[in-house]
Amino acid sequence: MTGRHLITDAQNTWCPGCGNFSIQHTLKNVLTDLEQEGEDLDQIVLVSGIGCHAKIADYLDINSFYSIHGRAIPVASGIKLANRDLKVICCVGDGDAYAEGLDHLIFAAKRNIDITVIVHNNRVYGLTTGQYTPTSPHGFKGKSTPMGTLEYPLNPLELMLASGGTYIARGYTQKRDQLKSLIRGAIDHKGFAFVDVLQICATFFNMTSQYNPRVYPLQEYDRSDAGIACEKVREWDYNSDAPIALGLFYQRSALTFDEQFRHQSLHGKERQILIEEFLATRQ
Amino acid sequence: MAQDVSVLVGGKAGDGINSAGAVVAQLLNSVGYHTCTYYEYPSLIRGGHNFAIIRGADHPVDVHRNMVDYVIALNMDTISLHSGRFHEKTVTVFNSDVVKAPGQGISVSAALTSENAPAIMGNSALIGAFASSAGIPWDTVSEVFNRHIPKGADINLRVARKGYDQVTAVHPINRIGDRRFSLISGNEAIALGLIHGGLSAYVSYPMTPSSSLLHFLAEHADRFGITVIHPENEIAVILMALGISYAGGRPAIGTSGGGFCLMTEGLSLAGMAEIPLVIVVSQRTGPSTGLPTFTGQSDLHFILHAGQGEFPRFVVAPGTAREAYAWSAVAMDIAGHYQVPAIILADKTLSEGTFSLDPVQLPEVPFRGPVLWDGSNTYHRYADNGSVVSHQAFPGTRGAVVKVNSYAHDETGITTEEAAIVAQMTRKRMRKAAHLAEAMEAYDTVITDGPVHAGTMLVCWGSVQGACTEAAHELGLRAVRPVVLSPFPEIRLKQALEGARRLISVEENATGQLAALLRLHGITVDTMVLQYDGRPLTPEMLVERLKEAGV
Ligand SMILES: Cc1ncc(C[n+]2csc(CCOP(=O)(O)OP(=O)(O)O)c2C)c(N)n1
Ligand SMILES: [Mg+2]
Repeated sequence: MTGRHLITDAQNTWCPGCGNFSIQHTLKNVLTDLEQEGEDLDQIVLVSGIGCHAKIADYLDINSFYSIHGRAIPVASGIKLANRDLKVICCVGDGDAYAEGLDHLIFAAKRNIDITVIVHNNRVYGLTTGQYTPTSPHGFKGKSTPMGTLEYPLNPLELMLASGGTYIARGYTQKRDQLKSLIRGAIDHKGFAFVDVLQICATFFNMTSQYNPRVYPLQEYDRSDAGIACEKVREWDYNSDAPIALGLFYQRSALTFDEQFRHQSLHGKERQILIEEFLATRQ
Repeated sequence: MAQDVSVLVGGKAGDGINSAGAVVAQLLNSVGYHTCTYYEYPSLIRGGHNFAIIRGADHPVDVHRNMVDYVIALNMDTISLHSGRFHEKTVTVFNSDVVKAPGQGISVSAALTSENAPAIMGNSALIGAFASSAGIPWDTVSEVFNRHIPKGADINLRVARKGYDQVTAVHPINRIGDRRFSLISGNEAIALGLIHGGLSAYVSYPMTPSSSLLHFLAEHADRFGITVIHPENEIAVILMALGISYAGGRPAIGTSGGGFCLMTEGLSLAGMAEIPLVIVVSQRTGPSTGLPTFTGQSDLHFILHAGQGEFPRFVVAPGTAREAYAWSAVAMDIAGHYQVPAIILADKTLSEGTFSLDPVQLPEVPFRGPVLWDGSNTYHRYADNGSVVSHQAFPGTRGAVVKVNSYAHDETGITTEEAAIVAQMTRKRMRKAAHLAEAMEAYDTVITDGPVHAGTMLVCWGSVQGACTEAAHELGLRAVRPVVLSPFPEIRLKQALEGARRLISVEENATGQLAALLRLHGITVDTMVLQYDGRPLTPEMLVERLKEAGV
C-alpha cells in the first residue's frame, strides 16, 4: 500500500498539550520517510501496552497489536521470531515497561532481539489518573502516594546499558527533529533499540519548565564505548537537578536473537514422515 | 491365559531408575508385549527413593498394577518400602553389595570391576540378571542394548552379561509376538501430535510435569523444523506465543498449574483478540507448589474458567498416549480454525508415563485449516460477515492492515465503547462456541466401555481412565468418560449414561470436580471415589474403594 494517510478515523482522546501527539507525529513522519525511500509499510508492526501512550495503536493506520499492560515487548519478540521480515516497533509507557513489564524489557535487551522500544516516559500513570511510576522523582505526590513517594527513581538508560541493549537513546517531546532522528536510528538499528522519550503529561505531571532549561544535546564521542556511555547516562539520575543529555548514548552491533533461528516450516507430509521415522527409533 | 507381568525397579534418586525402567520396558516390547511404565520419584536430584513399575501384557495397558512379579532392587528401600507389592512367586534380583534379601543377588561392584566399567553402568548388571531370571534370550538383550543404549553398548553388554550368567531362569516371560510398538511418554505423544497438527514454535518455562515436553521439543527442534524458546517467565511465554500466532506462526505453549496461573491474563487476551493458541497444562498435586512430581486432577474448574470475561475455549483431557497424540493434533487445528485458545489438559501420570504406541496405525486426524483472507475487499480483522469466523490475514500481507486489540473493538480492530458494537462483537465471539460444539459431533468426545445394561456406571476423565476401565471390567460395570470437556458433550454423555441406576465418579481430586460439572449439566452423581494423595489410582486400589462403597 503506498501513499496512504497513516491516520485512522478513530477519535483522538489525548489531552490538549499531551506529549503523545508529538511522538505520534514524529513516528508518522518517520514512516512517511520510510515509505518514500521504498520501504513497504505493510511490513511494519506497531505493538503497544495499555495506557494513554498505547492509544497510538488505534490512531496509526498500520498493522498493530494493542496488547495488555506491560506485555508489549514479549508480543513484539514473538512477532519478530515468527517473521523476521517485519519491522516491529513497541510504543510502551513508563508504568507499562518499567513497572508492570520490567522483566520483559530487561530480557529483550539481554537477547538483543531486533525490535524497537519507544518509552513514552511521562513519569506518571496517565490513564489511571496520576500515580507515581518507577521514574517519578523522590517525593512525587500522586494519588497513591499523597504524602510523596518514599522511593527514588530508577535510571532506565543505565538499566538498559547493564542489560545488554545495543542502541540506547533519550529524546524529548519538545525536541522533535532530534526525536525523529533517534526513532529512525532505532528502527534502522539491527538489534534491540531503546529510546526513552521524556514526555510531557499536560494533566498529571507537566515538567516543561523543569526540562527546558536543563536539556542539551550529547556531544560527539565513540558511541560504542560503554564506559563513556555509562558516565553520560549517570549524569542525570531522573531525580537530581543535573543537566539532562539528549541523544544517542550508546550503540554497538551484535548478533541478534532472532537471526539465530533458521527453521523452515515443514509441510504436512514431511512432518508425517519425520514422525514415523522418530517413532521407529523407539521400537 | 492372559499374559500380564509387572516389574518393579527401585533405587535412590541419581541411580538411573528412569533409564533402567526404559530398558526393561524395551525388553518386554521386544518379546511382543504392550507396555506401560509408571515412574515415581521425589522432587530432588540426589537421594530419596525412586522407582518404576513396568507392566507388559498381551493387550493394551494404560495403567500399572499394585502387585509385581519381578523386582530389580538397587537398594534396600526397594525391598522394604514395597513389600506389600510382592506375592509368593515374585522373583527378586538385587545388588548384593547393598541389599540382603531372599532371591538372587549379584555383586554389581564385582561385575563392574571385572569389566573395568564406570559405576553408572551398574544397572546393566541388574538388567542382565533380570533378563536371565525372566528367561529372555541373550540375543534379545543384546539387540535391545544395541538399539537403545547407543553410547557404550558394548561395555554395558559385557557388564549385563556378568549379571545374566549369575542368575537362573525362574519364571520365564514368553515371547508372544514379533511386532514391536514405539515406546513414548505421554508428553512425547503430545509433542508429536502438535507437530502433526502443524506446530511451528513451542514456548515454555520449565515446570514439572510439563518440562519433558520442552526438553523433547528443544532436543528435536532441528529434526522437526520448529523454533523452541524458553523465555523469562510464563507471562512472557503466552504473550510471545500470541505474537508468533498473530504473525502467522502456529505456536503451542506448555506449563503446569502454577505457570498457568501466570498465563491467565494472556489467555483472556487470546479470547478477546481471537488469536489461535494451543496450551498444554499438565497437572500435578496442588494447591500451590504442592507435590511437584506427583499427580492430580484438581485443575479442571480452573482451566474451564480461567481468565476474566467470557470467551469460547476448547478443552480436551486425553486419557491415553494415543489419544494425547490425536487430540494434540486436533487442538492445533481447532485453535487455528476457530481462533480460540485450545487447552490440552494432562497430568503427571500421563505426561511422564511411558506407553506403547502402534506406529503403523497412527490415528487419522481430519484437518479444517485456518480461514484465510482471499485479498478481495478491504481487510478488516474482525469482519462480521456472517461466516463462522473472521478471515485471518497476517502482518506483511500486501494490502492488509491487521489490527488486533485487547480492548473491546470494532470490525477493524479499533477500540470502541459503542454499546451496539460491543454487543455485536460479543455475539460474534460467542457464536464460535456453538459452531465448535457442532463440529465436535464428528469426533469421539465420549468414550464408553463395558456392558450397556450395567446398573452401576463409573464416570471419570483423563488418565484415571486406565484404572477405571480395568476396575469396571473386573466388576462388570460400565465406564464412561468425556474426553472433551469444553464444549461439554452433554447430549452424548447423557446417552452414554442412560439406564444407570447408580453413577460413581472417580477422580484424583478432593472435591469431585467432574461430578460438579455433571451436576451443572443435569447429571446426578450418586457416589464419588476421590483420590488426592498424589498417587494415581491403580485398578486394585479402585476395586477395593468401589467395594467399600458397596459395589
Ligand atoms: C494488569 C493490569 N493492571 C493494571 C491496569 C490498569 N492500568 C491501565 S494503564 C496503567 C498505567 C499506565 O501508565 P503508563 O504505562 O505510564 O502509561 P500512560 O498512561 O502514562 O501513558 C494501569 C495501571 C491494567 N490495565 N492491567
Ligand atoms: Mg506514563
